[in-house]
Amino acid sequence: MTPDHRSDAPTDAIPTVTDETPTPASAPSSWRVIAFGLRPRASRGQVLAGVLCALLGFAVVAQVRQTRVEGLSNLRQSDLVRILDDSTQRYEQLQREAATLEQTRQQLLSGSDKQKAAVEAATQRAATQGILSGRLPAHGTGIEITLVQQSGRIPAVDMLNVLEELRNAGAEAVQLGNLRLTASSYFTDDASGVVVDGVAIQAPYTWIAIGDPDTMAPALEIPGGAMATVRHDGGRDTITRKADVQVTAVKQITAPEYATPLTGDGG
Amino acid sequence: MIAVLGLIAGVVAGLWLEPTVPTELQPYLPIAVVAALDALFGGLRAKLDGIFDDRVFVVSFLSNVVVAALIVFLGDQLGVGSQLSTGVVVVLGIRIFSNAAAIRRHVFRA
Repeated sequence: MTPDHRSDAPTDAIPTVTDETPTPASAPSSWRVIAFGLRPRASRGQVLAGVLCALLGFAVVAQVRQTRVEGLSNLRQSDLVRILDDSTQRYEQLQREAATLEQTRQQLLSGSDKQKAAVEAATQRAATQGILSGRLPAHGTGIEITLVQQSGRIPAVDMLNVLEELRNAGAEAVQLGNLRLTASSYFTDDASGVVVDGVAIQAPYTWIAIGDPDTMAPALEIPGGAMATVRHDGGRDTITRKADVQVTAVKQITAPEYATPLTGDGG
Repeated sequence: MIAVLGLIAGVVAGLWLEPTVPTELQPYLPIAVVAALDALFGGLRAKLDGIFDDRVFVVSFLSNVVVAALIVFLGDQLGVGSQLSTGVVVVLGIRIFSNAAAIRRHVFRA
């Protein structure tokens, strides 16, 4: 019940906080003491003790939190110096790596830009040349010409005149009937009509030309020009300016047999 | 009872407010906490001994904290802060153990 006299009690050697020798004559049951102590009494001291305990709890939590957050403050100076050195070295290493990667990225970016530009230019060029060479169908503003034989026969030379006139007026794609006319197109006379690039066609002849309608139509109507010749040979012509005509016929291009491009020219 | 409630309220407040310890207080707070724990155990022991006194508890609590912080501060000024901190913690730990032993003998009679 009163173990304070026991010689093995460590409290004998070390003074307690209360600085009072605990010698209760007849101590009641410890549990009862605790239960009594737990009973709330609103004395000033009790409240003060409660406040102090609250402070203690607050401080414990704050300190635990702080300890969890910081990991370096418990280290010795030499350790800190080593860690600092390590992190500095690592930083420089990463910095170099980042610079290298950035350089590579720039190279790749400019490379892909160049490549993209080249592909775009090539596509553009292919489209242009495809239209000019008759390899691709095309559409745009243009005129439609119908030549009807009325009192005579329209010879091949008249057809060639029309084509030349259209070319002079800036026609970019020309179709006669369902044949695409290109730089290598030719006209010859036939018994029943004309032969264009080896294909015989008969009147009426329908031309479709893409270009500036206001340039091509007057060009054909020049006095003594293409249409005048056609009329002189007994034909009748109808020219219609259109906002959108379609040249759908295409020509198969054969690879040049003798000519090869000059390198370095680029094209 | 009020003390226990205060302890719980303090812990809850600490968890709720998520305080950050000011830099000036950082070296002293751990020691102060250990000193306060020592005072707490001393008070509990005195209670069981039947000699508990509110005034003594409050004074011992505050003086423990202040003295512990002062010792660490002095140690820091003298350049032996970490060693002195260790010493204070050891001493307070021994006291806490002895008080805990006394409480144990009261409660379990062993």
